Amino acid sequence: MATIHPKLSEELSQTVVSSTKSVKLKIKRSNPNVNSEQKFDDFVVPIEKWTTVLDALLDVKSHLDHSVGVRYSCRQASCGSCGMKINGKPALACFTKISELNSDSITVEPMDNYPVVRDLAVNMDRMISNHKKVMPYVIREDSEIDAESGIREFLQSPENVDKYIQFSSCIKCGLCNSACPTMAMDKTFVGPQALAQAYRYIADSRDKGKNKRLKVIDESHGIWRCHFAGSCSQVCPKGVDPAMGIQLLRGYLLGIRD
Amino acid sequence: MMVLRESIIMKIHYGTAIGALFLTVVHILMRLTQDFHESLQYENVIANYENIGYAVLLELLLILISVHGFNGLRVILLEMNQGPTYEKAVTIGCLIGMAALIAYGSRTIIMTSMGMV
Repeated sequence: MATIHPKLSEELSQTVVSSTKSVKLKIKRSNPNVNSEQKFDDFVVPIEKWTTVLDALLDVKSHLDHSVGVRYSCRQASCGSCGMKINGKPALACFTKISELNSDSITVEPMDNYPVVRDLAVNMDRMISNHKKVMPYVIREDSEIDAESGIREFLQSPENVDKYIQFSSCIKCGLCNSACPTMAMDKTFVGPQALAQAYRYIADSRDKGKNKRLKVIDESHGIWRCHFAGSCSQVCPKGVDPAMGIQLLRGYLLGIRD
Repeated sequence: MMVLRESIIMKIHYGTAIGALFLTVVHILMRLTQDFHESLQYENVIANYENIGYAVLLELLLILISVHGFNGLRVILLEMNQGPTYEKAVTIGCLIGMAALIAYGSRTIIMTSMGMV
């Protein structure tokens, strides 16, 4: 159990605690910049039925230990900053209610397959660079702004939108890459996040960059290293199905899709 | 290093798997032309090799399984470790292994079908 600093305990005494329930939060602590030590610190925090794991972590930061390292921003599953392993499963801390975990003890750890910056914060450079590699934007020669006719639209039918819309919900939280067994083994694998985004733009009827993207992913550590474990789709908080996107992309490369 | 694109290699990988599966079924069905135990007796096995059609089937099976197996091994090894030198060594090693297995197996098939054993 972590000890409470005298100054922090003053803050604790000012906290209005209406809840009668509490939960033990086990937070994995490490700071690779200082040493290789890894440990779990336990904190008991009050909870309500709506308390999320992020709320509990911020409670710890506010009243028990300011030094807990956690990345967060929007608190509403939109920014994708607070990805972490909660009771062994990658999830967004702001989108995981403690009451739904059905446990008196919650273990939070940094996401797998990412280098740890400190405690629960990880370095996402690899994911961002793979994301950039697949050119996540509509590629075409002409523009919506036309010199002669002014602004025009690249219209799409609802059927065209249906082909990619679920993949555009990706918030780049990185949970899929964290759950991927190939990412754990292959340090140069492009990953489900980037592959799903490659599909999102290739399937977009406005896009003309299919061949460029397929060339990027059709290499020895690209799309073919996916074993279709499906864990990426299991953990996505936005309902994106990267595993399906990867299979659909393979269809283009095998010549069974146009 | 890689001459073929990965999608071409994987098409070959899937194609050899389907081909090998089909030929293995034919190979097993051939066992049913006589009592299974009897079909594995030395004289009957040699007689199979001397049937030119069956020898061609065995040769094709050897090639398909070698290509599929060594590419599978390459994929596993590429996942276990990464780096340009390592990957080059794995690719060349698997190609040599595949060629050596096909050469040795072909030698056995040809010599047996020609009655040299």
